[in-house]
Amino acid sequence: MKAATVIPESTPDPREKPGKPTRSRKRFWRTFKNQKYLYFMSIPFVIWVFVFSYLPLWGWTMAFQKYKPARSFFEQEWVGFDHFKTLFHDDQFLLSLRNTLAMSSMGLIAGFIFPIMFAILLNEVRLGFFKRFAQTISYLPHFVSWVVAAGIVTKMLSTDNGLVNDLLMGLGVIHQPIQFMAQGHLFWGIVTLSDVWKETGWNAIIYLAAIAGIGPELYEAARVDGASRLRQMWHITLPGIRPTIIVLLIMSVGNLLNIGFEKQFLLGNNLVTDYSQVLDLYSLKYGLGMARYSFGTAINIFNSVISVALLFTINGIFKRTTKESLL
Amino acid sequence: MGKTAFVHGKSWSDRMFDALVYIIVLFVVVITVYPFLNVLAISLNDSIDSVRGGITIFPRHFTWDNYIKIFTFSGLITGFKISALRTVIGTLLGLISASMLAFTISREDFQGRKFVSTFLALTMYVSGGLIPTYILMKDLGLMNTFAVYILPGVVSAFNVFVIRSFIDGIPYALQESAKLDGANDFTIYWRVILPLTKPALATISLFLAVGQWNAWFDTYLYNGSRESLTTLQYELMKVLQSTTAGSGGDYRTNLVSSAVNQVSPESIKMAITIIVTVPILLVYPFLQKYFVKGMTLGAVKS
Repeated sequence: MKAATVIPESTPDPREKPGKPTRSRKRFWRTFKNQKYLYFMSIPFVIWVFVFSYLPLWGWTMAFQKYKPARSFFEQEWVGFDHFKTLFHDDQFLLSLRNTLAMSSMGLIAGFIFPIMFAILLNEVRLGFFKRFAQTISYLPHFVSWVVAAGIVTKMLSTDNGLVNDLLMGLGVIHQPIQFMAQGHLFWGIVTLSDVWKETGWNAIIYLAAIAGIGPELYEAARVDGASRLRQMWHITLPGIRPTIIVLLIMSVGNLLNIGFEKQFLLGNNLVTDYSQVLDLYSLKYGLGMARYSFGTAINIFNSVISVALLFTINGIFKRTTKESLL
Repeated sequence: MGKTAFVHGKSWSDRMFDALVYIIVLFVVVITVYPFLNVLAISLNDSIDSVRGGITIFPRHFTWDNYIKIFTFSGLITGFKISALRTVIGTLLGLISASMLAFTISREDFQGRKFVSTFLALTMYVSGGLIPTYILMKDLGLMNTFAVYILPGVVSAFNVFVIRSFIDGIPYALQESAKLDGANDFTIYWRVILPLTKPALATISLFLAVGQWNAWFDTYLYNGSRESLTTLQYELMKVLQSTTAGSGGDYRTNLVSSAVNQVSPESIKMAITIIVTVPILLVYPFLQKYFVKGMTLGAVKS
């Protein structure tokens, strides 16, 4: 039935002469007129997106030029992959790549474990009032800026009257305050834990919603079988939110290199640069800061290309194993 | 829980389990709020007394002096105005763009639907990066302007998709009956869709407002040398970074040096931190039921 109605439409009308608008084109303009308000409401923003999100991609050409701001595009000198060659031979680049990967993997792992644990524990809280209270409090750090969060972390870890040092000294673990912010090898951990402090409550929202979707009859049955609360947590709650975990995991692997630089910028200082410098900060300092725009752009391109490649790889693996696509 | 009739009393291990759950959750609550209360206490404490240390969550010598002092800094007054202005304008424009785009791509009959949604979705995965964006802003003449706070962030694909998945839940019949009454698509958007998407709009306004209020890097990057365009977060950043040996480099530190002589910078820092944080504290708990819903919807759909 369906095929029969489709065929006459797809065969070209012999009466139509070439050059004249075809029927489908006519239909397009007729619908265009009917939907003019939909176009009015979307086209301006599409142009907007083009300017602010797509035009910067045009700027990628800079990486293959010896870009001089005063010259027009056609007057630029083209240098091929020279900037990339310089980049890959730069020790600072390898250092930044290491730091980026280290902090993003640590953030990825901690950013999964803590919210999941928190959501599961919160789900076990039976006192409705306390549960709501704890939840509201847990969102708080998500809404403050990294400027504030970094200030608070620095304050808590400071050597004069910082909470952590005071506590450790009070417990007799240490006798001298530790200069947390001045030690490179502690930096990755500090960044990761700051992130945990800031985002755990917020990221738990999705898991809590997923847990709420698990059928109560499963718990009922487990109780009848005499399963303890701990066993219910392990055998019902965790498997129940597994699909959510997998989807979120894949999405964040795609963003592995896009960890941003706010934390590193605000928590870092001259003493820990070897551990705090991530790719974006590297391009900020050695690209923008030294007016080496082309070189800095090469760093940005490297970052973007790897991210997209990672995303597609992960999505491919995901597609093959679950027959579903995220993109 | 009324369904526990067949369990006569809680077992010992379940009771232990309960206790442990409460202890851990309470611990999380404490480490989340304690730093804020500590900062608040120091900001309300006499600045010279604070140097002695040992202040927990209650001020020892209560005073408003630190707050009175920071409001004599011109940078903070300007910063407050600019931050408030960009939050209001940025949120309004962001709401209009996100809701309009969401409405158009939710319409299955819209011819441009596929193009518009793909065009938007791609921006979530590929970005030009720091320097190409910087050069673009420069070429567009947006350096040292207020517009640089607003224009780049007007359209956010994520927000569009959150609202769109909300609109998908509204029966299409409502739009059809409005059409029969002679409403055009804009009227449908304005009179039918907008009122019904209020929960999603509340979520998005919170995201937009918080994003605008908390932004500091655009000030640093584009308007760092323009004192009349400074933002509150940027001023706080300068004050906080001034004593921690600085990681970024070239900020003007005149604001701090003038303060250092009279008041211990610690108290000043804490007072500014509170000023910057309070507006958010006043808003987010009331929007909680909306953003929890909005987050969940957005995640499930995308």
